[in-house]
Amino acid sequence: METAVSHELVRMVIAAVLVIAFVFLNAMIMGYLERKISAHIQRRPGLMEVGPHGILQLLIDGLKLIGKQLIVPKDADKPLFRLAPLLSFTPVVLPLIVIPFGPKLQVRDLDIGLVFILAVSSLNVMAILIAGWSSNNKYSLFGAMRSVAQNISYEIPMLLSLLAVVMITNTFSMQGIIAAQNKIWFFIVQPVAFLIYLTASFAETNRAPFDLPEAESELTAGYHTEYSGMGFSLFMLAEYANMFVVCSIATVLFLGGWRGIPLPLGDYGPAIWFFLKVYGLMLFMIWVRWTYPRTRFDQLMNFCWKYMIPFALVNLLVTAVVVKLI
Amino acid sequence: MKNNGYFKELFVGAKSLLVGLGVTFKAFTQPIVTVQYPREKLEITPNYRGHIELVRDPETGECPCIVCGMCARTCPCGCITVKGEKKEGEKRKSLTVFQLDFTKCSLCGLCVESCPKAAIDFSQDYNIAGFTREEFHYDLIKRLEERG
Repeated sequence: METAVSHELVRMVIAAVLVIAFVFLNAMIMGYLERKISAHIQRRPGLMEVGPHGILQLLIDGLKLIGKQLIVPKDADKPLFRLAPLLSFTPVVLPLIVIPFGPKLQVRDLDIGLVFILAVSSLNVMAILIAGWSSNNKYSLFGAMRSVAQNISYEIPMLLSLLAVVMITNTFSMQGIIAAQNKIWFFIVQPVAFLIYLTASFAETNRAPFDLPEAESELTAGYHTEYSGMGFSLFMLAEYANMFVVCSIATVLFLGGWRGIPLPLGDYGPAIWFFLKVYGLMLFMIWVRWTYPRTRFDQLMNFCWKYMIPFALVNLLVTAVVVKLI
Repeated sequence: MKNNGYFKELFVGAKSLLVGLGVTFKAFTQPIVTVQYPREKLEITPNYRGHIELVRDPETGECPCIVCGMCARTCPCGCITVKGEKKEGEKRKSLTVFQLDFTKCSLCGLCVESCPKAAIDFSQDYNIAGFTREEFHYDLIKRLEERG
């Protein structure tokens, strides 16, 4: 019994270290890819100065951000102002606990894995609101309000589209959902849900074309206008980690998770498939960001309420009827 | 129930989104078009009108300036100083001082037009920067000698 407890403790520490290290690594990889891909789409070379093809640029940027002074604006709500970046960082790290990177490579397979991820990641909205509110800056507050309105309204089609999958699998466990896809991946069974989920996840991660919380001409940088140094970089880390989380959910629910052609790498083969799928989706998100102009706020809301939610509801209804009949 | 172009808008919109992705993907695969400035430089057009420079006569290899002072007199900014002296045994005056104060020059080119001997021309220098004003007080005779 004694050893079992300590095993569990070691496991928790290793998982925590790995998960946080992964969040930082992911942000560096994504920051590099984002800047490089955007550059090539605009037919310029992008990062070239630090290291071969600028590979070390993000490392240097990170060091710069760590070295910067943390400025708290005058009359800001200091405790809340300091708390907000941490609050936005935590909910995007927690979902990594239940994400199945492979058949065995998972911190915990909770029975309510999907619910856990959705519940925890919606805390992000709170962090954004606190950041905007405590900054004592009208642009931050407006940016936060927009972000919150957008996140809350897009959470509905997102949940409805995921619910359609859960109706088929009858389980919220991430491994259970992957196990249900041993014959056919769900993006073929549920193409509408997959499209709705992808679109809603763009809005959930505040990325273009739905990146309204950061409108330079109207709101400067939105809710993180007043943040400098590590405060700002925690928001950026959270954004990229959030992208990873939503893409992992898409991979698990629609693209068969870690399933793929077996690779001769033992238990690592499925993990490689998982990462390939997730990063493929993330590259798609970058591609989309550098293709489309941003929507207007009323267009954003119209799109959600007039297209996404009705389609998600009809899809859910059809799924329910089909599941009942089969 | 009226659906004024509800589905049409959806399909047209979806199609335009796919076309947009195609456009950026094509751009992504094409080569880079920007010039990496400090490492690569574009050829400057011969028509470029930089600051003025003394030139040599291609036949004699000497500067054809006769120190008439037309350039200095016609300059609206008064940024040219020309001095010369008549040496023993020579027919014409020879140039001793030709200074350009580039901080005042408006690059109008009247000096080049007014020169009766075509002794001055525009240079091709374009990336000129310095820390002091004195760096822009050019001694054009010295520059001519340096160019060889």
